[in-house]
Amino acid sequence: MNGEPDLGASLAVGLNGVSFPTPVLAASGCFNSGREMAGIVDLHRIGGVVTKSVTLHPTKGLPVPRMAETPSGMLNAIGLQNPGVEGFLQKEGPFIGAAGIPVVVSIAGRSVEEFSQVTLRIRDLPGVVAIEANISCPNVERRNQVFACHPGDAAEVIGAMSRLTRLPIFAKLTADVTDIVAVAEACVRAGAHGLSLINTLLGMAIDTETFRPRLGAVTGGLSGPAIRPVAVRCVYQVAQALPDVPIIGMGGIRSPNDAVEFLLAGAWAVQVGTANFFDPGVMIDIGEGIRRFLNARGLSSPADIRGKARLPDRVAEPAYRRG
Amino acid sequence: MIRTRCEVLSNRRTGAYHSLTLVAPDIADRAKPGQFVQIAVPEGRETLLRRPFSIHQASRRGGWAGTLEIVLDARGRGTAWLAEARTHDVLDVIGPLGRGFSYAADLGSCLLVGGGYGGAPLFFLAEELRARNKLVGMILGARDHERVFKPIEGKRLADTMVITTEDGTMGERGRVTDVLDATLARTGAQVVYACGPNAMLRAVAERCAVRGIPCQVAVEELMACGLGVCWTCAVPVVGRDGRGWWNMRACVEGPVFNGSRIWWDRWLGERPAEPASSAPEPERIHRPEAAEVRP
Repeated sequence: MNGEPDLGASLAVGLNGVSFPTPVLAASGCFNSGREMAGIVDLHRIGGVVTKSVTLHPTKGLPVPRMAETPSGMLNAIGLQNPGVEGFLQKEGPFIGAAGIPVVVSIAGRSVEEFSQVTLRIRDLPGVVAIEANISCPNVERRNQVFACHPGDAAEVIGAMSRLTRLPIFAKLTADVTDIVAVAEACVRAGAHGLSLINTLLGMAIDTETFRPRLGAVTGGLSGPAIRPVAVRCVYQVAQALPDVPIIGMGGIRSPNDAVEFLLAGAWAVQVGTANFFDPGVMIDIGEGIRRFLNARGLSSPADIRGKARLPDRVAEPAYRRG
Repeated sequence: MIRTRCEVLSNRRTGAYHSLTLVAPDIADRAKPGQFVQIAVPEGRETLLRRPFSIHQASRRGGWAGTLEIVLDARGRGTAWLAEARTHDVLDVIGPLGRGFSYAADLGSCLLVGGGYGGAPLFFLAEELRARNKLVGMILGARDHERVFKPIEGKRLADTMVITTEDGTMGERGRVTDVLDATLARTGAQVVYACGPNAMLRAVAERCAVRGIPCQVAVEELMACGLGVCWTCAVPVVGRDGRGWWNMRACVEGPVFNGSRIWWDRWLGERPAEPASSAPEPERIHRPEAAEVRP
């Protein structure tokens, strides 16, 4: 016997030029840059890491309580706490360069200018394979800073960033809109290489004993299995409209089956967020579970099931297409 | 940091609390007082997140070698489930996590202040301090005698012991802070270690600051991961030079902090008006303060 055992299906995925060893990446804000988790998770067995969002200036974030557990999910209102791009380069840069895994840097900002400034400083960092534009964080000062709520605003940010770098840009969108396809199309026209779907959903919980909101910031982002059906729907709608655009799907994935569901809906890869908090090895288990799923069906790649959800002959008046 | 599946050796009542002993030799081997573990709740429940527990005992030697003891107050859904754990049940545990208490070689007299089940990690600490030939004084306080954590064991372990209860059912009537100054004076303590409700920690830290006594506090803040990646457990800590501040993670930079460097007003809200016992809980800051969020 020599060489690697035959494991059947390969987990590697290509997203029109950017590739990952497995289709299971860590979602932004749920893994930092991987440094803290390296002691408990073998990073070489996951697809890659999307960093915690970095902003131009150091950001202290919101007051506690920053988290409230809700049925099958959690609300968070961290407020993009991060050391700013210079602190990020200093603290995380060396790790990212040496980690030997694909790293996607998530960038957030309050203005087009801030997104641009951070892009300029990140674009030459070794180890970075792509940028995720976090234009959909709900925990910002004003709703007009959620650029992904308006196709025009979203396109402005993505356009500015894409003119500054050759790194592929994934626009991270929110489901808190009437028509996510319109926002997705605007981002792609503005130069987005791909789309990350979806960010947390804006939510709120109130303590019925004290009558107080359970989050210091009153509202926050809902994540976890509670939001999965919404996320699968968004991936499906966007994939139907833009079949050639790489989509990374996320929202409540905690098992291989959950990930397969996103692939069937049209995702090219997935990200895992909240599940890392309680099950740090979950991304490896999901990757291996996808491999088993493919092997059991004689398939060779996650791409073989992408968008293969079988629709009934007659789909009710296009859910995925504006009239 | 190790993730392991641990067998439950025993689950006993101790006053109002439950004390769980787990077979976890790898974690017990590395554990230091003040550190904590994260225990997963089983799948198929609507709660997802692990629950953090400070380490009450980590036995490396003797008949209990390789075991870890945690204490819980069954207040929420997660802890209520854990309180039902039975011998031979298996739990998914990650630990030891966080930074524990530190010892200064030149400070020979220590005072340990515990509120409620916050006394739990102080027993582990007291043993380590005793092993370093330090004098250990202890104050244990609680609402009532049921909630005074292991008073008899505490008396055996510490050189001096003061107990307070708010209803006067054990020891002196009042709060730990009512006896703190006198106890500090009597024991000549050079350093204070505290664990308990955050409001108590704040009061203890403020008294110590006034007297110029170093004070280490083990804090409690809501936590999603315990691993340093979610930024939920933020504690505002002032810079070493007293200028500027930053939200530190209780899970990796804490849970033990220098009490004099926590910006208590920002973290817990403005101090309630005296008398503290009848005042409502301090107001939390509800509003996202744009001016503070902005750099």
